[in-house]
Amino acid sequence: MKLAMVIDTKKCVGCSDCVVACQTENDVPIGYCRDWIIETVNGTYPSIELELRSERCNHCSNAPCVRCCPTGASHIVDGGTVLVTHNECIGCGACIESCPYDARFQHPRGYIDKCTFCYHRVSKGKLPACVSVCPTKCMYFGDLDNSHSEVSQLLGKRRYKTLAPEAGTKPQVYYLI
Amino acid sequence: MKEELFISGRNIPNIDPILHIWHWPISVYLFLGGLAAGLLFFTALFYLLGKEKEMPATVKFASIVAPIALIIGLIALFYDLTHKIYFWKLYTTIRIESPMSWGAWVLLLITPISIFWVLSYFDELFPKWDLKFDFLKKFQHILIKNRLNMALALIPLSIILGVYTGILLSAFNARPLWNNAILGPLFLTSGLSTGVAAIILISKNHFERHLLNKIDIGLIIIELGLITHMFMGLYAGSQVQLEAMQLLVGGEFTIVFFGFVVILGLIIPLLLEFLEVLGYKIPIVIPAVLILIGGLIFRFVMVEAGQITRYLY
Amino acid sequence: MVSSRRKFIKISALGLGGAAVSASVFNFLDESTYLDELVYSKVLENYRKTATYCEVCFWKCAGWIYSDENNNVKKIIGNDNDFQCYGRLCPRGTGGVGMYTDPDRLKTPLIRDIVNGKETFREASWEEALTLVASKMQAVKEKHGAESIALIKHGEPGGHFEHLLKAFGSETVAEPAFAQCRGPREVGFKLTMGSWVGSPEPTDIRDSKCLVLIGSHLGENMHNTQVQEMADAIDRGATFITVDPRLSTVASKSKYWLPIKPSTDIALLLSWMHVLIYENLYDKEYVEKFGLGFDQLKEHVRTFTPEWAYGITTIEPDVIRKTAREMADAAPAVIVHPGRHVTWYGDDSQRSRAIAILNGLLGSWGRRGGFYFKEALKVPDFPQPPYPKPKWTWKELSSRYPYAEMGITNEVIRSSIPADDVEYPVKAWIVAACNLPVSIPNKNLLLKAIDSLEFMIVVDTMPMEVTGYADVVLPECTYLERWGSIRSSANREPSIALRAPAIRPLYDSKPAWWMAKQLGEKLGLHDYFNYNDYTEVLDWQFKQVGTSLEEMQKLGVKNYPRKTGSLFMNDDLDFNFPTKSGKIEFYSEELAAIGQPPMPVYTPHPEPEKGYYRLNYGRAPMHTFSRTANNPNLNDLMDENTVWVNPKVAKIEVLKADQYVWLKNQDGIISSFPIKVRVTERIRFDSVYMVHGFGHDNQKLTNAHGKGACDTQLITSVSIDPLMGGTGMRGNSVTFLTENPYNIA
Repeated sequence: MKLAMVIDTKKCVGCSDCVVACQTENDVPIGYCRDWIIETVNGTYPSIELELRSERCNHCSNAPCVRCCPTGASHIVDGGTVLVTHNECIGCGACIESCPYDARFQHPRGYIDKCTFCYHRVSKGKLPACVSVCPTKCMYFGDLDNSHSEVSQLLGKRRYKTLAPEAGTKPQVYYLI
Repeated sequence: MKEELFISGRNIPNIDPILHIWHWPISVYLFLGGLAAGLLFFTALFYLLGKEKEMPATVKFASIVAPIALIIGLIALFYDLTHKIYFWKLYTTIRIESPMSWGAWVLLLITPISIFWVLSYFDELFPKWDLKFDFLKKFQHILIKNRLNMALALIPLSIILGVYTGILLSAFNARPLWNNAILGPLFLTSGLSTGVAAIILISKNHFERHLLNKIDIGLIIIELGLITHMFMGLYAGSQVQLEAMQLLVGGEFTIVFFGFVVILGLIIPLLLEFLEVLGYKIPIVIPAVLILIGGLIFRFVMVEAGQITRYLY
Repeated sequence: MVSSRRKFIKISALGLGGAAVSASVFNFLDESTYLDELVYSKVLENYRKTATYCEVCFWKCAGWIYSDENNNVKKIIGNDNDFQCYGRLCPRGTGGVGMYTDPDRLKTPLIRDIVNGKETFREASWEEALTLVASKMQAVKEKHGAESIALIKHGEPGGHFEHLLKAFGSETVAEPAFAQCRGPREVGFKLTMGSWVGSPEPTDIRDSKCLVLIGSHLGENMHNTQVQEMADAIDRGATFITVDPRLSTVASKSKYWLPIKPSTDIALLLSWMHVLIYENLYDKEYVEKFGLGFDQLKEHVRTFTPEWAYGITTIEPDVIRKTAREMADAAPAVIVHPGRHVTWYGDDSQRSRAIAILNGLLGSWGRRGGFYFKEALKVPDFPQPPYPKPKWTWKELSSRYPYAEMGITNEVIRSSIPADDVEYPVKAWIVAACNLPVSIPNKNLLLKAIDSLEFMIVVDTMPMEVTGYADVVLPECTYLERWGSIRSSANREPSIALRAPAIRPLYDSKPAWWMAKQLGEKLGLHDYFNYNDYTEVLDWQFKQVGTSLEEMQKLGVKNYPRKTGSLFMNDDLDFNFPTKSGKIEFYSEELAAIGQPPMPVYTPHPEPEKGYYRLNYGRAPMHTFSRTANNPNLNDLMDENTVWVNPKVAKIEVLKADQYVWLKNQDGIISSFPIKVRVTERIRFDSVYMVHGFGHDNQKLTNAHGKGACDTQLITSVSIDPLMGGTGMRGNSVTFLTENPYNIA
């Protein structure tokens, strides 16, 4: 099983519902976030391209954060989701330094926190909170090893990209462009 | 015109707008680790070369600095941890791929050895003090008998420690300034050089200082070569590396880096030491102190600037 | 290589089958150490679910409040059975939690008092505050008549106070939602199609092949189901045509972005009509059947060629033709969207008429992919005696405008300032959930009116700016803490929704129905409040429509089958428009009779002076006007607005990105706070843009105070719509001050 998120930038309006939903679902403290929205603008008036992306931990297959973690608190579970065991984390910050996406942060309680792909929901067969609330339904979640899954189908027929592929991390959040 | 902006959600302490997770304690820790590595390397080296008599500061007196530096360094590192109560988790596992992990293990080995080394010379270092307890005296005897073994262990451990201070940074490919293989040798050389400088400061023996002076000249030349090499690597790199280089060349860290690290911390001490070798009377304290300060600033620059650099997407 | 250390429990089809292996949940818990107690509780889901419908904006999506055993509201999730949200709330609905947790909330009743010679608020008991309010209402009634007490309202609390006021003998009620927002389109569509657009708009976006937006920024306004259907339309490959001087989010997703010169929309609409008519692209059968005055219209738009429009709008003739043809190709599955906030230039009802006419030519009204026929369920009112008949009402008060179909807030303001031409003087205000200083243009006039009042009561949950002018402030609890009146909205299918409290009100805040009832009792109006608890009203009303409070607490939303027939016209086009003529009035006799243009005409509007840029404003998806600016969750997403400036303008005005500037408008009004400059290609060079609702100056709003600038403050030039009294607010322009103007001693 290889869990992945596919996000359609053509549909995303950058409303940030995913950000609030994550905040309330996972009790992310105010002032912090596990996901966020980026807008890029290219071109010159009046021919301009706008891209909106909901970003989060990319749950990389080749995760530098897991590699550099000195205690093994950062680890990969079946399905490829990268998690942090809070009571193994010493808060050294190495994983934050190692992440090309700045997806991790120091939780006020000390440990390092980040997106879990809503492991607690997904393991019950539910969608991650961000995906489940998205008003434009621009986010998809599922198993890339299953060729019939929505995510596999979408990546099969649409153009897509991942973020900073040159960092060699093999990110598992895909953006339809 | 190109724009990239956060629409929402990003204003995280120590991460936005620029990454600043590692603060001054990390720079201090890297400096002290390198310094201790340099000290212990030369301590062990000259002990093994049988120069205990000719090089008393190197083998005996300066070695006191090593455990102190290591302990202060470890305190600094501990201070920068944010989930301190789980510190012990470091020693429940060995993570081969994590420089931080094997750094922690090396420190766990080298710190006691450095203390034992000092302990084995306790009577000579502190002639007025007496080891009060018999078991300590017995222990000291055991240590004295094992100096050779300790020295043999210190050589590889100090090299690993010195290299580790650089690899800790270079292992992060997310930070283009750090992510080059030269950082390990560079930090090792710099650490050895600061170690030598520290010994020079302590040494009262002319022969010893003179020899160390020559060694230091060699180390500084190597270090300058490695820095040049680092820039060549960045200059030949991709956009992110070019931007990383620009922080040091023509950016906000230029004056600190070239002024304090390269000129004041390396070139001027090099010239002074060279003049000293040529027979001019140079107060030996000056180059040594410059090297130590330069070494510290070098760590600060690399830690601070490195965190600013990132991938673009 | 990365080691994987933990077993993930196997899940079947993710999100599809939902066949979760519930038995293994406990294994999963045993194995995992990463979960702390918080997540445990989430996994076990021992949350209580309470039905509600959202009050963060006017869309009123139904949802469930999840709260834990310690009475903490944890999250709010959409109700799957609600056609108004399809189970998905927008960021504001999800962040509604923050309305409840906001520590800046109003906590107790406040009474204006003089302490040590200084005017201040003192905390008061409900008994004291309500007794004072009742006595003042009584006093104003005896002196000036009950009619001179006006209610300015928005949302649910307004409804309860309207009931109180009507029972008391006043129907002087106004909503900024009309004359400051959507009034013109309701009037324009009613004059043309015979019915209001209404909320939610009956746009069948999900089936549409072509969506035309005139300055409407769907996606930045999170009108929930419309945005959802818009995303569906993107998936289906529908054509979007967006007319906006700014590359709005939806413009960036549009096949055609028409960066029109601001204030020239009618010219574009007329030239589109020209192309449709003279290229024979209009729906002939439909127009023949329903069109009234088509020949006059044809003659009217004869000269309004795309070339003519090009000179006015800066949109190239070729693009105008192409887009008109796109619309015709898609017709009747095309929507020229009526927009929502449409009080722009003072001829807004006419522009809305032009939009309605365009839809008429395309045959989209009552057609799949165009506009559907909405239907609502009529919920009977709780039994009560008839209201007394006031001597005059909002209708008389607004009579200067023939199509004022709701009370006009600016007319209430005008009538509050004693003057010779004031026929219906207003002496006291009750303001319910309306932050007037940040929503009504021309602040000086507003303050003058407030100054002239004998008494002013403000009902709100937050210490909004308007509370600072009140004599008595009544703290309302949030929607999560109270029973609410039944939502019965017009939609594809009729539905009703319940709002129930998930937790007890925090502090000493109270529901508006309770306040209204207490006041009613004190004013001797018991017969109008013949219940002890609002649940009695709800249960009675629910029973009238075949359900009960108990059932609704389980359902949240109940949908009913349609009774008025199909969503769309049948193929025979068997339909009678509810206009006087029963047809779509391209030519309006009615307007001609009162000396107004019977067909929309383009009139040039004043241009900004040199060095000034037209001030356009809009919305951000994570905020509802000014009311959410302090909400901790939503403030966390966006805590200030920026002023959008084209790079050319930035160069001329020497502005750097992210620099803070003060804005000065054409009348010399300077923004109270500086605003950050966003240099962006996304906007024309003749205008600037900012998101509405920021720049709060009440220090009690600790998150929002001083963040960004307030557009309303800079709107001092207003063009009034002669048909319905709307305040056109886009005729203002600003320049930039880089030095702090308040530092000059």
